[in-house]
Amino acid sequence: MMLSPADERMLAGEQGPAVAALELLVKYGDLMGAEHLIDTDNVCGANLFGPRHSRVLGTTDPAALFSRFSLDLEETVDVPPFRAHSCQLIGPRDRDQWELQGIAPTDATAMEDSERYLADRGVDLLSTCTPYQVGNVPRFGEHCAWMESSAVVYINSVLGARTNTEGRESSAASMLTGRTPYCGYHLDAHRRATHLIEVRHPVVTTEDWNILGYWVGEQVQDAVPVLTGPGLAQAPGAPTPVRLKQFGAAAASSGDVEMYHLPGVTPEARTVEEALGGRRPAAVSVFDAATRAATVASLCRTAVDREVDFVMIGCPHASLEQVREVARLLDGRRLADSTALWVFTPRALRTVAERSGYVATIERAGGRVLSDTCPAIGQFLPPGTKVFATDSAKQAHYLPAITGVQGWFGSVRTCVTAALDGRWPDA
Amino acid sequence: MPELLRGRGVVAGRASGPVLLCTAPVSGWGGIDPRTGVIVENRHPQHGQSVAGTVLVLPGAKGSSGWSGQFHLAKLQGTAPCAIVFTRMNSKLALGLVVLNVPAVTGLETTGTLRTGVVVDVDGTAGTVLIEPC
Repeated sequence: MMLSPADERMLAGEQGPAVAALELLVKYGDLMGAEHLIDTDNVCGANLFGPRHSRVLGTTDPAALFSRFSLDLEETVDVPPFRAHSCQLIGPRDRDQWELQGIAPTDATAMEDSERYLADRGVDLLSTCTPYQVGNVPRFGEHCAWMESSAVVYINSVLGARTNTEGRESSAASMLTGRTPYCGYHLDAHRRATHLIEVRHPVVTTEDWNILGYWVGEQVQDAVPVLTGPGLAQAPGAPTPVRLKQFGAAAASSGDVEMYHLPGVTPEARTVEEALGGRRPAAVSVFDAATRAATVASLCRTAVDREVDFVMIGCPHASLEQVREVARLLDGRRLADSTALWVFTPRALRTVAERSGYVATIERAGGRVLSDTCPAIGQFLPPGTKVFATDSAKQAHYLPAITGVQGWFGSVRTCVTAALDGRWPDA
Repeated sequence: MPELLRGRGVVAGRASGPVLLCTAPVSGWGGIDPRTGVIVENRHPQHGQSVAGTVLVLPGAKGSSGWSGQFHLAKLQGTAPCAIVFTRMNSKLALGLVVLNVPAVTGLETTGTLRTGVVVDVDGTAGTVLIEPC
């Protein structure tokens, strides 16, 4: 790999622990076939550590945890303020409502310390899987280094920013150095579509876009798809940002989609032909009524029992529109005694949801609104949960695998109704 | 007779262990339990099997960006694979290989008699996989 004079100076130790960070980026970039590093000034990572990490290391010292898990170092080093603009993604706990998660006070204090450590180094504590909903909106063409598969696919596809799916260690290295390997989705050639998706069944609602995304991920795995179909990209059916958020998150869960084109909606191709760069697609897949039904069955594959203990809304973190929808469905009603309902939204949006009265409405019905975390990331559930329901294909994919619960997938309305009835509706 | 499979070395070093042959890409976060090494993704064909101490043979890495982080946790808990033989590179696997720092080989011309449970010797420097006779 060709290194710049500034890279060489960092490797010579000019900026302390940036040596190890740059070495890691060089090794990683070499494996990716990068010829050099480029500047990045927008890095999102996950460096807030809870018991899952501190118990393995035997310490809650934030510097030790960051050195070991973020920088992949055996020894603890002093880390200066970060060079790049840096943002903390979703983490293990709600800063105010950790007791609801069953977290011990000593663990909550340790996580507070971990958060202070990041703040002291200039990290923006947006604390969400959706930084693009709360102020970190990369510009078209901006080279970023982001973790979080659902955010990666959103900023690549919907905003036209450029990032690979980074991991904890590479994003931390980019925070320190302001550099990232120039390869993968930073390059024009990698961003062209190779697979054509023909959508022949109506895809209108947010539930529909979750299902389509989950199916597309299975079809194309890590390829770049371009989608086409009657009414898919035109008003009134053109997907809202919420639907694109759900679609990308689902496609990045069942498969490995980091970029897609929806001509008329996404900014890098006006037509299918332009998305394909003038080439023929390597594969064509057709979404129809039968594939839709099979995908819904696949999303509910772990579900047997219809008594629902827990309803989870907001994966990726809910928009205000999604929180409002839940509040309206719950207004003046009361959850079943046996069922909990938790809505997850970025903290900045929660503040607005409180001001708008949505949080009070949801709480009056017996639900809760949480931020900074989610059940899959934090690995927590209401006590006794055996069966859960969600409006998110992504959460339906991950939570049963991580916690062993059964999972139902459906629309927000179906999920909220299940929380009111305590039961998932019969087919 | 031992069988020698030739490919391209990606991470140097040598290690021996029983093969876990994965027929679908593996997720890290939400894919394995780092306390045990067991594959927990419900739809994965090798669901319930453990990567711990194995020569992990897989098409590639997929899913959450927590891939390297989860295998990092596995490494510190002694449940990581001892070597990796893979087909497709991507950013998740590349970073995972840097963090795991175990011998890795790709581009085998044939997978020959590679089967789960067969003990093999992976040479990431030479880019070979030696299948020991039973």
